Amino acid sequence: MSEDKHKREIGWTKLELASRVALDLEDGWFVNLGIGLPTLVADVIPEGREIILHSENGLLGLGPKPEPGEEDMDLVNAGKEPITLKPGGSFFSQSESFAMIRGGHLDAAVLGAFQVSMHGDLASWKLPDAPLGRVGGAMDLTVGSKRVFLCMQHMSKGVPKIVEECSYPLTAPRCVNRIYTNLAVIDVTKDGLFVHELAPGVTFDYVQDCTAAPLKIRASSHVKAETLEVKK
Amino acid sequence: MIQKKYESAAKAIADLQDGATLLVGGFGGSGLPSHLVGALTKQGAKDLTVVSNNIGAVRDGVAALISNDQVRKIICSFPVGPHANELIQRIKNGSIKLEIVPQGTLAERIRAGGAGVPAFYTPTAAHTELGEGKETRMFKEGLHLLEHAIKGDYAFIKAQRADRWGNLVYHKTQRNFNPVMATAAQITIAEVDEIVEVGEIDPETIVTPSVYVHRLVKLEAKCDRRVLVNE
Repeated sequence: MSEDKHKREIGWTKLELASRVALDLEDGWFVNLGIGLPTLVADVIPEGREIILHSENGLLGLGPKPEPGEEDMDLVNAGKEPITLKPGGSFFSQSESFAMIRGGHLDAAVLGAFQVSMHGDLASWKLPDAPLGRVGGAMDLTVGSKRVFLCMQHMSKGVPKIVEECSYPLTAPRCVNRIYTNLAVIDVTKDGLFVHELAPGVTFDYVQDCTAAPLKIRASSHVKAETLEVKK
Repeated sequence: MIQKKYESAAKAIADLQDGATLLVGGFGGSGLPSHLVGALTKQGAKDLTVVSNNIGAVRDGVAALISNDQVRKIICSFPVGPHANELIQRIKNGSIKLEIVPQGTLAERIRAGGAGVPAFYTPTAAHTELGEGKETRMFKEGLHLLEHAIKGDYAFIKAQRADRWGNLVYHKTQRNFNPVMATAAQITIAEVDEIVEVGEIDPETIVTPSVYVHRLVKLEAKCDRRVLVNE
């Protein structure tokens, strides 16, 4: 029990995790943020970068949350929360919104996950014990976006979410490029899962211990050196 | 002279028959034609097939038709929310059939319905539970599913402003499913905050051209959607 508590507390906070994702979004990219944890990324885009956020309900140019009292319920994100529109933003219909998504016009989608496999299979729309699934735009985003990034807690109630094969219903197979968790940044490649970066104070062995699939480190990676030092 | 305005939501929806297929615009409470839906709960048509993206996000939406036992089938992408319990119960007891459709596929099926395209191939949901049993075809990009168009007998939509002919302009993300649903029904009914004379809306800004809109209902006071969403 005390060990579980410890596991939840180390690594990046939710906001630090969102900031870490935002760091990899490049100037000029069009990016969709999924509901839940990924929506935090909107508030932590690095200064000086023009990143145009897409909201599946029909908006480009999503800005930060409005000031209290300034909310407009006709200006909401995919989670139906009030947001703002940046100068240069635009509104469009659902069919247009998903033509953008499916047509490959978005540089990245940042999504949540229930499970992700070592092959990049994503399960994010239905839990085995839930009465109903809730697919929303997840299946379109995963097949259409140029890159799929996951932004999620490494484990759910002490159970690893990164697995060899997904046991939950799939959103899409072979679609995830990179996984950002509170413990690490992990690349999904055809040769397996590679730890790209560790959260401060987190060791490779610790991340492996929290992951139900084999992790690797590239020979050239700085992660390896740091990990070896820690291990020694 | 063209006159599409009806005195009330109740009169605009009065001829909706049992067994009709109804498209309902909106994304949660934003762009939800709640007055038309409210009038339909009083009118009482039954055995409806309702196509709408979110079920259960707000009480005054399709959830009200479900509680009122007017619905036989739901086609949606997101049947989850604080008012989804009645839907879950009715799916369990078999009185409502649920078809979950990925949001982009839902939008495109409706677009196809309005555009005279009977079916199309999409990569979305291939190799998933939602693609099971569907006709497939392999293209050079990979496996695709054949998806069929959706048409409504009626569409209930919400817009900010109409002119007398039924040209429509929307307000921000209220637009969502409304313009595409407007194209795909035999009878499209729009509830709007204001109706102006023909020529008063800049033609460059019209989002839904008048050809798609058959009936208009003007709301007496601007609906407070903050209440709808925060419930």
